[in-house]
Amino acid sequence: MAEKKITLNMITCRTIQQGVGMEAGKTSQKYFDACTIMHMHPEDMKRLGVWKNTNVKVTSSVGSVIVKAVETREDLVPGLAHIPMGPWANRIVPAYTFSTGEPCFKGFPVDVEIAANERILGAVEVLQDACGLIRK
Amino acid sequence: MPKEVTDVICPFCGTLCDDLIVTVSDDNKTILGVKNACAIGAEKFNHQRQPGRVKRPRMRQADGSYKEITYDEAIDWTANMLVKSRKTLMYGWASTSCQAMSIGHEIAEKVGGIVDNCATVCHGSSLIAIEDVGVPSCTLGEIKNRADRVVFWGCNPAHAHPRHMSRYSIFPRGFFTVKGHKGRKIYCVDCRYTDTAKCADEFIQVQQGFDYELLNAFRTAARGEALPDTVGGVPKEKIYEIVEDLKTARFGIIFFGMGLTHTMGRNHNIDIAINLTRDMNDHTKFAIMAMRGHWNVTGSGQVLGWQYGFPYAVDLSRRDQARHQTGETTSVDLLNRSEVEACFYIATDPGAHFPVDAMISSSRKPTVTIDPHINCTTEISDIHIPVALVGVEVGGCAYRMDNVPIETRKVVDPPEGVLTDEELLTRINHRVDELMAKGGQ
Ligand code: SF4
Repeated sequence: MAEKKITLNMITCRTIQQGVGMEAGKTSQKYFDACTIMHMHPEDMKRLGVWKNTNVKVTSSVGSVIVKAVETREDLVPGLAHIPMGPWANRIVPAYTFSTGEPCFKGFPVDVEIAANERILGAVEVLQDACGLIRK
Repeated sequence: MPKEVTDVICPFCGTLCDDLIVTVSDDNKTILGVKNACAIGAEKFNHQRQPGRVKRPRMRQADGSYKEITYDEAIDWTANMLVKSRKTLMYGWASTSCQAMSIGHEIAEKVGGIVDNCATVCHGSSLIAIEDVGVPSCTLGEIKNRADRVVFWGCNPAHAHPRHMSRYSIFPRGFFTVKGHKGRKIYCVDCRYTDTAKCADEFIQVQQGFDYELLNAFRTAARGEALPDTVGGVPKEKIYEIVEDLKTARFGIIFFGMGLTHTMGRNHNIDIAINLTRDMNDHTKFAIMAMRGHWNVTGSGQVLGWQYGFPYAVDLSRRDQARHQTGETTSVDLLNRSEVEACFYIATDPGAHFPVDAMISSSRKPTVTIDPHINCTTEISDIHIPVALVGVEVGGCAYRMDNVPIETRKVVDPPEGVLTDEELLTRINHRVDELMAKGGQ
C-alpha cells in the first residue's frame, strides 16, 4: 500500500540545467523546467505511490511548494531528495543560520504528498506570492 | 565582416575560463557565436542578444506594474533612500568588477551601509574556517602541472564548474603530469553519485550530514589510530586504504564545495578539512581549495579584505570602524531580524537564492536592484536599474577561485544609453554627496 505522505531529507544543489536556465533568464522556460523538479529515489516514489512527472506538494517547517517529482538521474539513496536551487527550492529552505550566516540549504526534513492537479507557480510568481505582492 | 575576439574571459563561474573566442557583428553590437565555453558560459553570451532586454530603469507602481523612468530619476531615488536609511544592506557584488565594488564601498562608508557578498550563502563557512585556521592553498596552474591525487569533497564541478575538470583538475597534461588523466587518481566524496563521481576513480558515498565525522576519521587514520567499523556509512578498511594512498601522492589537492559549507557543521566541516590537509603535509605536499561558484565573489572578498580586513558581511554603519560578526552582520540574519531599513542589491539575485523568509522581510523595505536583466529580485523591488553586462559589454578586474586576478574583456557595446556599474555607482555617489552637503544627514 502506498503511503499518503512520506518524510524525506531534502538537499538543494546546483545543476548545469539550472545554470543554463538562469543565464537564459529567470523568467525563461529553460529555468522553469530545470528548477521545478524534485529528484526522488524510485523506492521513495513507490512508497508514496507517485508516478514519474507528477506534481507533488513539498512541505517543510517554513512552507510548501508545488514541484514535479522526477526519478533521480544522479543516484540518490532512498530517503534523500533533491530540488535544484532557485526560488521554488528556497520557498521551503529554513532561514535560520546557527549564527553562521548560512541558511539550511542542505539536510532538512520535508513531507511529500501527491498534488497531481495543483499548478506550479512561475519563478517571479512563487516569490511575489510569498511576499504578498500578488493582487488577487 | 564579423570579427573574432580571442582570449575572452567567461563571466559566469569561478573558473574564469580565459580562452573563449567570441564572434561579433561588424557594428560591434551583437554576439554571433561563442567557442570553447561550456553550456552555461555560452548561454551567458547568447543572452546578450535576446530581444526584450530592459534598457531603462523601472519603478514599481501602486498597482504592481512597472513604469519606465530616467536614469536621473532612478539615481536620485536611490541616493535619497541611502541617505535616509540608517542601516542599508548593500548585498551582491559577485557579478561586477572590483573597480565597481570600490565605488560601492565608498558610498557604503558615507551612508553607513553593510556590505555583503554572495559568500554569505555560499562559501561564508569556508571564510570563517580560513580566518580561524588559515589555508594551505595554491593556484589552479600548480594543480594542472603537479597534482597526482585529486579529491572532490561535497562539490560537483561537472554541473557547477563544467570546464574545471578539463582545464585544471582531471584531464589536462601539465609539466609534471604528462600523462594527464592516467597519471592522476581521482576521489569523489559525496552523498549522491554525481556526474563528477562518475569521472572519479573512486567514489565514497558518505551519509548526508556526516562529512565532519568522515573527515575526522581520515585524520585519525592518518595518525594510525583505531576507527570504528564504519564512519558516515564508509567502512574503516576503505578509509585506511584511501589515506595510505593519499600519503603516497607527490602533490595532492582537496576541492570542496557546498556539500561541506551548507551541511550541518558548516565552518567546522571546512576547519577539519583544512586540518586534514595540514596533517597530510607531514607526509607529502597537499593543498586545499574552495570551489568558489559565483564569478567574481572571490574579488569582492579580496577588495573588502584589503579595505576593511574582512572578506564579507562588513558593517560600516558605525562610520569610524568596520565590524564583521557572522550571524549578526550576515545578510540572511539581518533580514531574518528585519534589522536594516533599506536594501540595495547589485549584480546578484537574492530573490532566487535566499530562503523565502529573508526575502519576505526584504520585500517590506525600500529596495533598489541593479542588474542587467529582469530577475526574481527586480520584481519585488521599488526600482530596477539595468546596467551593462560586466565581462561582455564592459571590462574590469575579476578574481578566479584561486585568488588570481584577471582583467576581463569587453566584446560588444552595451545597448545605447545603458550605463555600466561603474558609471552608475559614480553618479549615485555624487548625488549622495550633494544630498549630504544639503544636510540630508
Ligand atoms: S567553466 Fe565556468 S568560466 Fe568556464 S566557460 Fe563554463 S561557466 Fe564559464
